[in-house]
Amino acid sequence: MAACIQRLDRAMFSIRLLRNVQLHNERSLSTSLHRLALDTEQTSKFTPPVKPVIIDKTQSVASLRKFLSPEFVPPRQRTKPIKFTIERKDMIRRRKVLNIPEFYVGSILAVTMTDPHATGKNNRFVGICIQRGGRGLGATFVLRNIIDNQGVEICYEMYSPRVQQIEVLKLEKRLDDNLMYLRDALPEFCTVDTDMKPQPSSPTGEVPVNKTRVRMLPKPWSKRWERPKYDVKGIRFDLCLSPEQMEHAQKWAQPWVEYDMLKEYDTSKLEEDIYTELQQEAAAAAK
Amino acid sequence: MALLNRLAKCKSMHLACHALRVDATSFTQHSAFSVSAVSAAIQKMTRVRVVDNSPLGNTPHHRAPRVIHVYTKNGVGKVGDKVLLAIKGQKKKALIVGHKMPGERMTPRFDSNNVVLIEDNGNPTGTRIRVPVPTHLRKLEGDYSKLLAIASRFV
Repeated sequence: MAACIQRLDRAMFSIRLLRNVQLHNERSLSTSLHRLALDTEQTSKFTPPVKPVIIDKTQSVASLRKFLSPEFVPPRQRTKPIKFTIERKDMIRRRKVLNIPEFYVGSILAVTMTDPHATGKNNRFVGICIQRGGRGLGATFVLRNIIDNQGVEICYEMYSPRVQQIEVLKLEKRLDDNLMYLRDALPEFCTVDTDMKPQPSSPTGEVPVNKTRVRMLPKPWSKRWERPKYDVKGIRFDLCLSPEQMEHAQKWAQPWVEYDMLKEYDTSKLEEDIYTELQQEAAAAAK
Repeated sequence: MALLNRLAKCKSMHLACHALRVDATSFTQHSAFSVSAVSAAIQKMTRVRVVDNSPLGNTPHHRAPRVIHVYTKNGVGKVGDKVLLAIKGQKKKALIVGHKMPGERMTPRFDSNNVVLIEDNGNPTGTRIRVPVPTHLRKLEGDYSKLLAIASRFV
């Protein structure tokens, strides 16, 4: 037993020695290397260390979906098409300077615009997009938010030089194209956190559709949203209106409008042409 | 049997909810008359909401504060215009700090017609404005600087 311990002690001692020797060797090796390196360094130029590349995943990547912003599609008017081509050129020029991301009605945006009266010259507003209106350079979108129990809406002109940055915090669609009924909905459905962080979304694939159906304040509303001309799908009518009231609203239905051929405006070909034109411009600009 | 009782309870609750919704105006201090949506700027006889913390503006009264005169060339008041209100049976001047009517692009539109009570010399009656206030009010720096100082948030 004692002999075993002694042998163990000797083994440990020898290991320690070996380790020390190894370290010593390493140290000498390292210093010698350093000396060698110094000699080479003096001859070559100083190479700074490689900067770490930080990939910011929160920054929005250019969408790979086929998306044409609705303000590019000209309305059916008697104006000459050259007006729209010239306007489109100006819109592209502005888009080269300001990145207007892809967004839909129902997405949450943060817009920074210059304000001569605001502290720090810039004014940031976060809200849910309830409407996208206008065509061409006068295209607008309305953001709504509830701040300190007060509903606030701001209508921004997309191509205004006052707009500094448009950031999409949450990209999603809703059941309707126009969310003006949120003015008469419970405040919890319009409140957006001002300090919300941008939520990453995939650049490919379908845009997620938020199928929430909103609960309304008691009537009267600003518009009679139950009437078929508004075609609202995102309201819980079963909680606020009786079936008799819903039936009464159907009296204002105009079922013949769907078959009215003079009201038809097929924009698919026009959209294709404009989309290819924009892609060509982008490719030409990239070169 | 228990299921039937539960269904009955649900139905009665639903009816009660309906009743609550229909009678919603009763929880405010105003009488239950039909309220139509106001979608224009401030003029005579508009009911306004006082947004500062002055006692005159915040004590409940059976009648809402109404505008009885607008100090502009036309009788239409926008943000930054002075108006005369009738509150609690007395006349008081006030400044409009937000209205429901959509104004210029890039300026905020509020969901209620907001007003701040003011003295004749332009000093605010209250000491704090909790509600957000439009930034373009700042160009009234000279006359209403004290009012801008008590505003807590600019939109």
